Amino acid sequence: MASIAQNKNRLYDRLAEVIEEKKDLRNPLIEILRIAQDIFGYLPIEVQEFIAEKMDMPASKIYGVVTFYNFFSMTPRGKYTLNVCTGTACFVKGAPRLIQMLSDELGVGMGETTEDGLFTMSAVRCVGACSLAPVFVIGEDTFGRIDTVDKVKEIIKRYE
Amino acid sequence: MSLKRIDLLICCGSGCVSAGALKIKERFDEVLAENNIEKEVNIIETGCMGPCDYGPVMVIYPEGIFYQKVTPEDVEEIVNEHFLKGRAVTRLMLQDKDKTIRMQKDVPFYHKQVKVALENCGYIDPDSLDEYIATGGYEALGKVLLEMSPQETIDIIKESGLRGRGGGGFPSHIKLQMVHDNKDEKVKYIICNGDEGDPGAFMDRSLLEGDPHRILEGMMIAAYCMGASEGFFYIRAEYPLAITRIKQAIEQAKELGLMGENVFGTDFCFDAEVRTGAGAFVCGEEMALISSIEGERGNPTPKPPYPAVQGLWGKPTVVNNVETLGNIPSIINRGAEWFAAMGTEKSKGTKVFALTGDIRNTGLVEVPMGITLRELIYDVGGGIIDDKPFKAVQLGGPSGGCLTVEHLDTPVDYENLKAHGAMMGSGGIIVMNEEKCMVNVAKFFIDFCVEESCGKCSPCRIGLKQMLEILERITSGQGKEGDIDELLRLGESISKLSLCGLGQTAPNPVLSTIRYFRDEYETHIKEQKCNTKVCLDLMHYEIDKDKCIGCSICASKCPTNCISGSREDKYTIHQIDCIKCGNCFDVCPTKAIEKIPGIHPEALKR
Repeated sequence: MASIAQNKNRLYDRLAEVIEEKKDLRNPLIEILRIAQDIFGYLPIEVQEFIAEKMDMPASKIYGVVTFYNFFSMTPRGKYTLNVCTGTACFVKGAPRLIQMLSDELGVGMGETTEDGLFTMSAVRCVGACSLAPVFVIGEDTFGRIDTVDKVKEIIKRYE
Repeated sequence: MSLKRIDLLICCGSGCVSAGALKIKERFDEVLAENNIEKEVNIIETGCMGPCDYGPVMVIYPEGIFYQKVTPEDVEEIVNEHFLKGRAVTRLMLQDKDKTIRMQKDVPFYHKQVKVALENCGYIDPDSLDEYIATGGYEALGKVLLEMSPQETIDIIKESGLRGRGGGGFPSHIKLQMVHDNKDEKVKYIICNGDEGDPGAFMDRSLLEGDPHRILEGMMIAAYCMGASEGFFYIRAEYPLAITRIKQAIEQAKELGLMGENVFGTDFCFDAEVRTGAGAFVCGEEMALISSIEGERGNPTPKPPYPAVQGLWGKPTVVNNVETLGNIPSIINRGAEWFAAMGTEKSKGTKVFALTGDIRNTGLVEVPMGITLRELIYDVGGGIIDDKPFKAVQLGGPSGGCLTVEHLDTPVDYENLKAHGAMMGSGGIIVMNEEKCMVNVAKFFIDFCVEESCGKCSPCRIGLKQMLEILERITSGQGKEGDIDELLRLGESISKLSLCGLGQTAPNPVLSTIRYFRDEYETHIKEQKCNTKVCLDLMHYEIDKDKCIGCSICASKCPTNCISGSREDKYTIHQIDCIKCGNCFDVCPTKAIEKIPGIHPEALKR
């Protein structure tokens, strides 16, 4: 257990360094939260309180910002975030069906994480790859024209 | 210095990259090395060339030959045949009916296009400042700094008739003039709004990724006009490549002294910073965007005061769309008259659109203002896939509206679109064929706005939710007499009373679809029927016994075991248990399963 605690401390140390580095920028809160989410994978209350203390601002303000933006998550996320595009072009070309197929394949709903902790499925507003609709994104890889269960299966397999 | 005899331009726009452009590039590196001709071929990874549907695409100079749908397996043939023997590979060329199109300039997709903001996009390497300079980059900046006063520069922009490309179409020079005239305030800011949140739009992304220096140059010219020495790029987090490219462009420009202290030896000093969005549509609204840069929740604030008076950190600020800034260098280089000669009386120049939906040539296009929808959809876009009948086109995203067949000859400009209940928006165009349900489309947009509403003002927060509930009722067969009037009443109140642009325009998709497709709403409510068979509650599946061969595949794939039968009796769907997943429809080898509008009488018993 000690190693977990150590590991955790190391993460907080890294966050403290980042805050120190960015502190003098004007209004760096969103940038800091973004990096904090990279470090911890998500933004639990403890991390928010830590940032509040270091930046000398009310934790409520940080909570307000975290909950406002879709990008920030207060629950742990899977190793990969699978973002399904729900933009208009994808919607018109069958995003609802794609969501259904992914949901069946992974066994999770929107915003949920698979049991093995591999994928978190979430919806995004237009990734700007409309010509390939319907589209989903894993990390920085975009997969387009996904209209059959077989295609879904084949892609998911690559990440397992 | 090496002598390159071939320039190979590989489109590395988001569409082509997703289709495998980078693998093709790697393969070229390998095959060229195998043949020892890597020194003879110059591989350039360009920004979006436009015709995403043909992707991955490439153009090979000096001839200008255009290859489409290239795969890594084709690379060897291109090198052996084209590069070594000088015989272009015909089978990779675009086929238009019976004609083979060899050159990029002959591709019909480009015929009615005029590239201004997209001039370099798909032609130069966006990572290279040298290439941008080689095409005349930073000449405009040099010209204004060395030869013109800020006022003279604003006058040129005024004469050109340039209007904001982000949606509203506000004349660009007015904001610049206002901030320019404020002589008491020394600190002023310019912001480039790259928070392209409109679903179905990727113009700003392509510009930022494909020609970042142009946007930077445009920003600096605008900054010079208004007397700002600091700029911000606000780019959404979903566009990591755009963020990288702009950051890199800023570094490169600084290194060469094109940015920083005393640019071109003048008094002009400028620095720019990139701030990333965190996934909130409302941050495309300028006041919300400013709050977001300030590290706050992206809540809009009432206007006035306008940002030009009191913007970022309370200082005068101009917020410009990416494309607007992208037009400025060309206007300075080629003159206001050249720009004003394009377009209509009140809408000058060109507009970049993202063509998507049920259209053949999806992609990024730039056309003169005033082009008709028909030309845009049929000539540039190549018409509807499978030649299905055209039903509607949605312009302007969640703030815009739908237009129909009767508007096909409407010129596309700010005034005409507005008069018909749509709007230019940032330029997303979604084309829909007759299989799309307009009530469902309207519901999609309201759902979007309900999710993205910041919740600050009640007309938007509560009113839109009400509209969504009514639409959900209608699409699930619970619609009531008077629902349409209630939608109209709510929509009009929300438009009038909301605080910011999001709420003021959010009812537009509903209002415009009721205006043009009222009968469709009525069929949903009165007959409990969705004629397009999109709304699952208002349609059902049936098996045509004449076509059914009794193979039982449908029954085996049914998740609720609601299909039964035998080889002799054929198969039947038990409507009460059917969840309309569509599995049977997809797997039937003889296409015996049909979608029928309306609720099945048996299912009504449920």
